[in-house]
Amino acid sequence: MEVLVASAIGILTAAGMYLVLRLRTFPVILGVSLLTYAVNVFLFASGRLTVGAPPILGDATTYADPLPQALVLTAIVISFGMTAVVVMIALGSYLGADDDNVNDPVSTDEEDAP
Amino acid sequence: MTHWLIAPVILPAILAPFIVLAARYHIGIQRVFSLVGVIAMIAIAAGLSWQASDGTILIYQLGDWAAPFGIILVGDMLSTLMVLLTSVLALFVLLYAIGSGWDDRGWHFHALFQFQLMGIMGAFLTGDLFNLFVFFEVLLIASYGLMIHAGGNERLRAGVQYVLFNLLGSTLFLFALGAIYAETGTLNMADLAQRADLIGAESTVGIRVAAVLLLLVFAIKAALVPLHFWLPSSYAEAPGPVAALFAIMTKVGAYAIIRVYTMVFPPDLEATQGLHDVWLQPAALISLALGMIGVLAAKKLDRLVAFSVIGSMGMVMIAIALFTPEGIAAALYYIVHSTLAGAALFLIVDLVKSSRPSLVLRAMPPVAGAALTAGLFFAAAIAMAGLPPLSGFLGKLLILDAAFTSPWAVWIWTIVLVSSLISVVGFARAGSIVFWKANSVTPDDVPDDELEPPSALAYGAAGGLVALLAAHTVFGGYAHDYTLATAAQLFAPEPYISAVVDTPGKLSTPAEDY
Repeated sequence: MEVLVASAIGILTAAGMYLVLRLRTFPVILGVSLLTYAVNVFLFASGRLTVGAPPILGDATTYADPLPQALVLTAIVISFGMTAVVVMIALGSYLGADDDNVNDPVSTDEEDAP
Repeated sequence: MTHWLIAPVILPAILAPFIVLAARYHIGIQRVFSLVGVIAMIAIAAGLSWQASDGTILIYQLGDWAAPFGIILVGDMLSTLMVLLTSVLALFVLLYAIGSGWDDRGWHFHALFQFQLMGIMGAFLTGDLFNLFVFFEVLLIASYGLMIHAGGNERLRAGVQYVLFNLLGSTLFLFALGAIYAETGTLNMADLAQRADLIGAESTVGIRVAAVLLLLVFAIKAALVPLHFWLPSSYAEAPGPVAALFAIMTKVGAYAIIRVYTMVFPPDLEATQGLHDVWLQPAALISLALGMIGVLAAKKLDRLVAFSVIGSMGMVMIAIALFTPEGIAAALYYIVHSTLAGAALFLIVDLVKSSRPSLVLRAMPPVAGAALTAGLFFAAAIAMAGLPPLSGFLGKLLILDAAFTSPWAVWIWTIVLVSSLISVVGFARAGSIVFWKANSVTPDDVPDDELEPPSALAYGAAGGLVALLAAHTVFGGYAHDYTLATAAQLFAPEPYISAVVDTPGKLSTPAEDY
């Protein structure tokens, strides 16, 4: 299971980074989403991998660490909200400028001179 | 346990929704509530700093849960100093936004402003790393809204860059937190400080990676080269008062570095040794050089100020990376100075913007009221470039003095002095083109009707910040004594740790071995 989880995190991160480096808003937003999935799985793994164990201390001999689950929930909510915001801003930017490049245009410094 | 400690977070958290829900269409009521909130915040912050000024560690356990199980707010001298600085800055920025009419050019300025304050205050007060992440997100999501306030293509494009860069930064923050939790099983800073000490020399790989990741995250916030790319266009394109408020946001990164790397990963901790010497100091020196070269090279006035912010963050980081009490004290003195100076410059640039068609550095015909703006710019530029008699000079002197015994002393002295010269030339060039050469140009067409002169309130707010800079100089002795005491408290973290860990609350004696 360790290999599976570790390679899942690795592949998601690599794919996310690749998409982020495309520098067009749509791939970049997809890449950021993949990165947030990767980090969510990573946070789960930070509480050690357990299967079928209760997340509370009790009679059970093994238990799942409940804290990473709470952290992941928070992280999911935040990244969901943030992605929604960035989609709206990117859409506004694209519709306004008719260009979805993330980088600055070469130079606009002189164009807005009178 | 004092309940006042959570007031800087609660007050804006109540005001912001109220402004959105009840005063949505009444800009006058919004202004009143926002102003009253910020003034109350200054009073609360002053009270908290007064309580903390004798070395008391203020503690607030949320829900009465004992650390490390519950989230905890901690107010020591550093936190309360930053809270006070933020609230004072917020007052002047808010006055400017009202005086210049910026708050009426789009929706929800005041609500977002309050949410932004909530995030910044929470980041300064929290004693828990994950909670720090949450407050970072609160201040970021409010700043996204403020950044694109009043819209416009250029601003939206800069906004996309800003949001994406910070989203990546947040992801990195989560990776760092996950790694720290996997290694130590806690995210409470005081508890972490105790456990980081216990990690054996043979198993430091994980914690070392986590410490470096965390440093990267805070360096993004502090706009340290090479992680500064988000700053120039977003600060230049943001509305004037918003950019002025953002002057404190880079300091949140600096604050987090001071907090975490004096307490959790102190310089003498074996696991993370060399971090500040090998990585932080060179990056800080390059930031200073690059920022000041940017000041000289900028083609527009707003970019020039944005690069001077990068340069001043480099200066702050040089002092922090020394990790000596004198260095941190100098850094704190300089943080107060550069926050006020950066904010004043952004407000003054906005004043200039309202009196000429563009901010391109090219001579344009003079306009009414330019003399006052020029005077303010002159004073703020002197402060930012670090010339006597204003506080930038004192701060720089303190940093040079603190760096005297460092192995990097030669580099620090050379780069600080040369970059000061470059920034003086850069500011002088910009000021003389914008204000002086105006008299040699004859107006070739009718003046633009759209430009109306800024109100007296706007001038008053920008002038107030410059006056605060003067006060920071005149009372520099007291200010430096205070930052020295703050640094001494940071380098003796035992009272902080014991105050957090030993304060009783629910679950304070865990039955199980955690």
